[in-house]
Amino acid sequence: MSTALYIWLDPNVQWILFGSMLLGLSSGVIGSFAYLRKQSLMGDALSHAALPGVCIAFMLSGSKSIGLFLLGAAVAGVIATFGIGFITRNSRVKQDAALAIVLTVFFGIGIVLLTRIQHSGNGNQSGLDKFLFGQAASMMLSDVMIMAAISLVLVTVCSLLFKEFKLLSFDPGFARGIGYPVAFMDQLIMFLIVVAVVVGIQAVGVVLMSALLITPAVSARYWTEKLGMMVVLAGLFGALSGLIGTFISASGNNLPTGPLTVLVATAVFALSVAAAPRRGVISKLLLRASVRTQVRREQAEVSGERRNRAV
Amino acid sequence: MHKSPLSIHGLSVAYQKKPVLRDITFEVPEGNLIGIVGPNGAGKSTLIKAALGLIPRLHGEVTIYGKPYAKQRKLVGYVPQRESVDWDFPTNALDVVMMGRYGHLGWIKRPGSAEKKLALECLAKVGMADYAGRQISQLSGGQQQRIFLARALAQDATLYVMDEPFVGVDAATEKAIITLLNELKTQGKTVLVVHHDLATVKEYFDWVMLLNVRLVAFGPTEPTFTAQKLQETYGGRLTMLDRESPSALIVNGRSSDVDGSIHLA
Amino acid sequence: MSTFWIVLTGALVASACSIVGCFLVLRKMAMIGDAISHAVLPGIVIAFLIGGSRDSLLMLLGAAAIGLLAVFLIQWFHQSGVPSDASIGVVFTALFAAGVVLVSMYTRDIDLDLDCVLYGEIAYVPWNTLQIAGVDIGPKAVWGVGLALLLSVVLIAAFYKQFKICSFDPAMAAAVGIPVALFHYLLMGLVSVSTVASFESVGAILVVGMLVVPPATAYLLTEKLGRMIVYSVLIGCASSVIGYFAASMLDASIAGSMISIAGGIFLIALLFSPSHGVVLRKIKQKQMVRQASIAE
Repeated sequence: MSTALYIWLDPNVQWILFGSMLLGLSSGVIGSFAYLRKQSLMGDALSHAALPGVCIAFMLSGSKSIGLFLLGAAVAGVIATFGIGFITRNSRVKQDAALAIVLTVFFGIGIVLLTRIQHSGNGNQSGLDKFLFGQAASMMLSDVMIMAAISLVLVTVCSLLFKEFKLLSFDPGFARGIGYPVAFMDQLIMFLIVVAVVVGIQAVGVVLMSALLITPAVSARYWTEKLGMMVVLAGLFGALSGLIGTFISASGNNLPTGPLTVLVATAVFALSVAAAPRRGVISKLLLRASVRTQVRREQAEVSGERRNRAV
Repeated sequence: MHKSPLSIHGLSVAYQKKPVLRDITFEVPEGNLIGIVGPNGAGKSTLIKAALGLIPRLHGEVTIYGKPYAKQRKLVGYVPQRESVDWDFPTNALDVVMMGRYGHLGWIKRPGSAEKKLALECLAKVGMADYAGRQISQLSGGQQQRIFLARALAQDATLYVMDEPFVGVDAATEKAIITLLNELKTQGKTVLVVHHDLATVKEYFDWVMLLNVRLVAFGPTEPTFTAQKLQETYGGRLTMLDRESPSALIVNGRSSDVDGSIHLA
Repeated sequence: MSTFWIVLTGALVASACSIVGCFLVLRKMAMIGDAISHAVLPGIVIAFLIGGSRDSLLMLLGAAAIGLLAVFLIQWFHQSGVPSDASIGVVFTALFAAGVVLVSMYTRDIDLDLDCVLYGEIAYVPWNTLQIAGVDIGPKAVWGVGLALLLSVVLIAAFYKQFKICSFDPAMAAAVGIPVALFHYLLMGLVSVSTVASFESVGAILVVGMLVVPPATAYLLTEKLGRMIVYSVLIGCASSVIGYFAASMLDASIAGSMISIAGGIFLIALLFSPSHGVVLRKIKQKQMVRQASIAE
């Protein structure tokens, strides 16, 4: 308990907790739109696709600067979104396969480059390793501040363009009809996902970043039928997961942050599946039970009447 | 000078390698209720989507009241096919109708009480005032169609373009929709409807367009909607039960045109 | 000799994965391979903790069991109203996260290398051989993947008709009395088995790639399911062979090179396929515009 208290008081840790919370918030918000546009797995593909970008940034610069890594990852992510869009628009290959193709091929190229870096004697690629599972506790203060700032920008963009994103997600045909630049906005949402993924990779890692985009949004959908509420709840769930996950990870037992954050988000999801009103399992069971007794009572009444009449 | 609400010149459209529309030219007269009919794959939905710039065209020019569509968006209300959206989306009926105002609102600005009031009026016009707060997944097919119609009304346009508004709706909704369309017409607005039911064409529309990849005929319903022209449009797939009244038409071959919308979409 | 074993393993993985992958691509379930290959991690770790070694059959069983559990959960969430892509995302990330935490908690000092499970190292395949009665009968991976391939071929050949109709029109299949759910889980079972058998030796990423990239390439080249399967096996094998030699030339990851080559072949098909290629279609459309303007 005393260590837990001590952690709260450390300003460095406070920053990291704050940053992870904002990261969870922003990815929950953007994830809601991705969820409604049936692009939940986009984050998975884009986070994997970032690997070759990071490697190329390292090969070109020869330095382990976080800024360059993020830039490389973002460029690779944007290229990947174009690739996915190109494949789905121009061929009969559907979105799911296009995602899987871009994910594996980019990641494959990334591994080829990574092994090239390892074998070329430039050897020490430990900076790259951190990108796999994330370690928020070891982040530099400046990185955390950048992460927090970018997360805030993402949330601001989403709330300013809330109306536009809503129409785009609900009815893109109508949106185009009233003159929205639909292709541009599609790409904008993808770009926001790329940015969220890229800033999140350091804290949560490549493999699990996608969960921060998906799980809070899915959980939020269980509780509400209004988009505004859903976005707020998803942000809240994301922030909570980021906060608790990072807190446990930073409490000294040296467990990686990403998986812990995802497990907290999953716990929230499990709670939502069980207990949410109307959509949750428990309320569905209760509803079914009450309908069944009602039907049974009515049937009993009907057959009772029939018997009475027969008598 | 008075300009036609919609004028199309030399329009051709192709999906993949197959031409879907060839060299379509016509001018829509103002203040009419116009039906577009034709067999499966005739390009009815494609025609209105290409006219509104929703799909790329190979060739041809489209003008709305004499200017390109991009400059006239606020004059056009569009009702897409009902299946084109995800009805499980977390939103309610009122919200969908308010989307009709988004084009007028411009970027970033949120809909306020004025928009809400107008949306409620539009909902009342389609007989859905009691359903404003209802989640859209809990509406029936006919009610969903009415919501889409109310959204188009909220756009406050002068030219309305509707893609199969009568598919999958109940008789009461069909009646309500056609009454509303006639009301729009008396207000001097122009309404273009992609339609599949030949039996009701004469009753509903004062102008009709017969389409099968090429434009077969376009004109006032009485002289245009004839057995001979229909034969030309539908080819051998049409049988007349009663030569005198085209309302007793049966489309032969692969079922009626109801699934044409799915085919095209 | 080791070259032979590596190329053979690659070709076997490519064949096993691309056969079942064809059905995944057609049923729009391409990401399920990715999900299963990540989700099995806790199964592997738990089996490892119980069995105490990397080589146990227990590990395979544990992985396959968790793989099927993942499929079951995905299906269940989907049926209760979550879109399928989101339910895939929730389930596999949750299971994978649990696996990583287990690894970090219990196996820190033991020899279970996370990177190796994820990315595998096909280069080590020839050294890990199977011995029966003291006779070396070749690498374990070849036998494991070979058996998985055999299982897929036998089952799919036996129930080809049923698999085909279930992927094309499940409602109709159910109406004519085919147990659609059974075939769904049978297919998912085959995906799990192929994934689990393959990835310990070659890594998850090669498995996921081979499940999707060759079938999607074949999908651009033919209209017939039978041919699609044959083409995708050929494309998969070609990518493994070329990928291996590219890797030895570049001195880089073999699995990564194989996937990159498969991606290259996909790109070529995407652009130049005679029936669906982007380039040829653009040319055809240009011709049509020209004809239209001449006609006027």
